[in-house]
Formats: sequence, C-alpha cells, structure tokens
Amino acid sequence: MYVWIWRHLPGAVSWKVLQVLLLVAAISALLLFVIFPWLEPKLPINKATVN
Amino acid sequence: MTIDEQEPPDDGGSIQTRGRHARPDEGLSRADMVRLGLRGTGQTLITLGVVVLLFVVYELWVTNIFAHEKQVKAHNKLEKEWASGDDPLIGGDGKLNLPGGKQGTIPTGIGIANIYIPRLGTDYHFTIIEGTNDADLEKGPGHYVHSALPGQVGDFAVAGHRVGKGEPFLNLDHLKPGDAVVIETKSDWYIYTVKGNVQTGDLNDKGTDGIPGREIVSPSDIDVIAPVPDHPGATPTEKLITLTTCHPKFTANQRMILHGTLARQVPRNGTALPKELAGGTI
Repeated sequence: MYVWIWRHLPGAVSWKVLQVLLLVAAISALLLFVIFPWLEPKLPINKATVN
Repeated sequence: MTIDEQEPPDDGGSIQTRGRHARPDEGLSRADMVRLGLRGTGQTLITLGVVVLLFVVYELWVTNIFAHEKQVKAHNKLEKEWASGDDPLIGGDGKLNLPGGKQGTIPTGIGIANIYIPRLGTDYHFTIIEGTNDADLEKGPGHYVHSALPGQVGDFAVAGHRVGKGEPFLNLDHLKPGDAVVIETKSDWYIYTVKGNVQTGDLNDKGTDGIPGREIVSPSDIDVIAPVPDHPGATPTEKLITLTTCHPKFTANQRMILHGTLARQVPRNGTALPKELAGGTI
C-alpha cells in the first residue's frame, strides 16, 4: 500500500517527501478531530457518572 | 518506511522491480503472492498500531486542550453573570431553585459555581457545570441535576472526568479526611470537609451517620448520590457534598466516590478569599 502510494506521487524525491508529510498530517487531523471525537463516546471508557 | 522500500530489493526478482514495467498481476509467482500478502498484512497491522497510539494521544492530550477551552469559556461567562448581578442559582421568582421540581429551571451546560480543592494545588479551581451528560462534563465537573445545591440540606453531587477532558478529578485519590473542598457561589463560600476519621486518616470510617469519606462502587450504584448517601429514602438532615469519578484510572469499571460535610459558610465579600485557600482572610 505504502509502496503504491509512493510510486504514484508525482515529482522528485524531495517533493514526494513533502507530499507524504502532508498526507500524514491530513490523515492525523481527520482521525483526531473527526473520527476519534465521534468514536470515543461509543467506547466504554472514561465515564465519570453513576447512573 | 516508504523510503526503505523504494531502495532496490536485494532478492532481484521481487514484485517491486517487476511492477515498474508490467502490471502487478502479471507474472506473479506463488512466492510473490505470498510475499505480497504478508507485506500487506504487516503494513495493515503496523498502521492499526499507529492509529491506536494516536487515539491514546487524543485521549490524554487533545481532549484536554478542547476541554480547557470550554472550561475557560464557561468560567468567564459565570464571572460575567456574577459581575452583572445575575446568579444562575436564583430562579426567575427570586427564590433558590430547590432540588426536585424547581431545580429543572437551571439550564444544563452553564456554569453555576466554582470548586477549589487546596490539597490538589493552590491553583486548583474549576467552574462546575449544571448537568452530567457528555457535553456538560467536557466543559468541567458537572452537577447532578436532581441533587441538592451548595449549602442545601441533602447532597450536592458533582461528577468529573478522571483522565482526559480536562481531568478535573484526576487526583481525587489524594484527598484525606478533613481536607477542604471549597465551593464558591455568587452569594457565599461553602467549605466542605472530606468525611472519614481525621485522627486515624481512615477514609473508610463511616462515622456516626454511616457515610464514609471515600468508597469505590459499581457504576450503577446511584445510592451514593442520594440525599443521604448510601441510605436511599432516608430524610436528609446534613449538608453534604459528593464527588464522583471513574476508577481505576483509564478505565470505567468502577467509580470512586468522595463524601464531605459542610463545615462552615461565609458570605462572599468582594475578592476576599476564605481562610482555607491561599491568602484567605475570611
């Protein structure tokens, strides 16, 4: 998968490295700010109340 | 990882080399297929591991950043309300909202009081939010809506996160019998002290009223926030505070409960602080 992505990125190696960093940042942001906040309340962790 | 894989493979005939000239599904030997499958599985597992690590970072760090922002907002709003003469604990009819019935008139999600616990640091303070659903608790410790209000006979019950989400009750296990839990409302300072045996330091000591300083209970044990904690149906005579959080840390298997009793009450007077807080005079 990673080889496939690397091969399909255009440009020289330095330009590819920059794109990889951007991809990693974008995916991390998606996980941290969209997916995890959605997922977290559904998990049985971090409940502070008695009910 | 990707850069390593780009280097010429030393086994000569791998799919990487061939893939540059032909479609990957052409001329793959059985060994190539196995290698491709194993590599794919390995990469997927590593990726999942990294995602799980990122989730830990989210729980322990990112949620605190968001929660702090919301806490500051709620705190500033409460201070502004107090400064303009409004008190969220006073209903439209000028009377205190009593538990059971009129209590519901306090909107959930707004700040109602401040909490200070000197044992947890001179800078330890949070604004208590009305309500205990997920959104309320992300702003700060939340007041159980049907429990008493500060200073009332009964149980002023507050829930707070232990880890992440601002983690207001992270170190609740550091409290000892007799420690002050100070609540500030627009009108008064309420100084509660943690129950238990002050002489022996035993938090489990149930004293004369059958209520311990600390107990570890199952998450479904709602009796701990009853008007007389652990004695549902009993008529309250004491002015109590109860703090609930998850236990052990990082899990939701149990709840840690702390009970305190009102030791004294002083009217709020400008910026003067009660003696239990650093620099306090009143």
